[in-house]
Amino acid sequence: MRALADEPLVLGFETSCDETGVGLVRGRTLLADALATSVDEHERFGGVVPEIASRAHLEAMVPTVHRALADAGVSASDVDAVAVTSGPGLTGALLVGVAAAKAYALALDVPLYGVNHLAAHVAVDELQHGRLAEPSIALLVSGGHSSLLLVPDLAREVTSLGRTVDDAAGEAFDKVARVLGLPFPGGPPIDRAAREGDPDAIAFPRGMTGPRDAPFDFSFSGLKTAVARWVEARQRAGEPVPVADVAASFQEAVADVLTAKAVRACREHGVDHLVLGGGVAANSRLRALAEERCAAAGLVLRVPSPRLCTDNGAMVAALGSRLVAAGVAPSSPDLGADSSLPIDVVRG
Amino acid sequence: MLVLALDTATPTLVAGVARRTDGAVEVLAERALPSGTRHAELLTPAVRTALADAGAALADVDAIVVGLGPGPFTGLRVGVVTAAALADACGVPVVGVCSLDAVGAGARTVVTDARRREVYWARYDGEGRRVDGPGVARPSDLARDLARDLARDLARDLAVPGPYVGDPAFADRLGEPVTAADVTTAGLLRAAAAQLADPSSAPPLVPLYLRRPDAVPPGGSKPATQPAAPSGHRP
Repeated sequence: MRALADEPLVLGFETSCDETGVGLVRGRTLLADALATSVDEHERFGGVVPEIASRAHLEAMVPTVHRALADAGVSASDVDAVAVTSGPGLTGALLVGVAAAKAYALALDVPLYGVNHLAAHVAVDELQHGRLAEPSIALLVSGGHSSLLLVPDLAREVTSLGRTVDDAAGEAFDKVARVLGLPFPGGPPIDRAAREGDPDAIAFPRGMTGPRDAPFDFSFSGLKTAVARWVEARQRAGEPVPVADVAASFQEAVADVLTAKAVRACREHGVDHLVLGGGVAANSRLRALAEERCAAAGLVLRVPSPRLCTDNGAMVAALGSRLVAAGVAPSSPDLGADSSLPIDVVRG
Repeated sequence: MLVLALDTATPTLVAGVARRTDGAVEVLAERALPSGTRHAELLTPAVRTALADAGAALADVDAIVVGLGPGPFTGLRVGVVTAAALADACGVPVVGVCSLDAVGAGARTVVTDARRREVYWARYDGEGRRVDGPGVARPSDLARDLARDLARDLARDLAVPGPYVGDPAFADRLGEPVTAADVTTAGLLRAAAAQLADPSSAPPLVPLYLRRPDAVPPGGSKPATQPAAPSGHRP
């Protein structure tokens, strides 16, 4: 095995859900972020179908690697290390990426790092805003996850402060979009519809915000049901549904709870940096409200560009690069996938 | 030519190294591991070990052969994507074959576990050529269909189907003995012979899934609740 350079070239694989991501990172510099997605094939099912996603990953894998190498202008033999999401995520989907990454690492004779998907969502911000302040609080929200993390050391120590007790925030977006007759995935169309709406039009519930609720856990199932109930009542009464107002009020409820809890986590843990990540962090209202509340609380907010918030291979390469730089040992040769990999395991 | 052969279509993972000279095949090393659902964990270590046992390096390999199933999807994909990635990184051709072709030899009906109380199957004539399948069926239906075909073929004076080979766990439900047999490196090389003679002719790797993904589009969305008056909306 070759000695690793100071600025290692890391090839990252991400297949935990419906995006086949292959990224290339040198040190903290983003070189390529190639992506194939099976999202269109899932639309008529209203959610990601694991078997369809897994088949699409297999088909897309080698072409996506080629695209990443071409975009970066490097050859596979230049790669110093391979990183791959080994969990959490959909088992069948994860395994396509893990098997591919293990094969490339074997063939290229470089170390392999299985990494935690959630930690990778935090690491991707280093590609845009430089080294993460440690400790930071991270708020990760996507179609599969809603978590508040305390990050004392991204390469070695990440702890969970709270998570959703039912639906992920992104799932609530998908379900509300369906109720409103908007396409899947629900995040972008709700964001667009909400621009024309009044966020205060309807007082939707803020889940898990009572005095006896866990301060950093989330719940979006009740909100989703409240929206459905409200819309159905209108429909039954033969009244038009004010889609923009419902979208804006729903989005406001989500953004309100997420940002309030994130700011509180910073305050209670004496941390002055907050980083957002995950597909829902591409939501314009969440970004705006986070900025407003962080400014008011004297916190530094870091949010990657929307393109890097959603799942991609560059985030995995970014975390891999961080692990290499920190001298963390590579994964064992019998690395597999762990669909419920705990967040405190940064390297699988 | 030095060939690396992989298969993950059955619970027995196969990684083998063979030398093919003028059509003659010599298996140099083979790892056949009962790995259940741990194909992803064990496959690349098995490749490494098989190469070491053969005294070869990955850089010496001239072509890769992989079983395309049929087999349980998740494990199957591990082998196929591993073969595709190794071939890509090494710049060598990759040839996909029907995994059942690599189980047993001669006239036979191969049966492997398709889960959900079904079998993957294929039928071969005395020359070892696949004459029917691959398919997926309930063992009782397969036995009935084969008995019907046998009567028809006997009437036409055609070859009699050979015995069942593959996964003996299905003997009871087939009502016939099943001779235990696994995918082998030699079998994979035999099945790939024509394509290995001209690897550039090999088609893209597409697994033999035989079943569509389980997924049903949602019907009309269920109402969340019983009727209730809208509330909270400011005009």
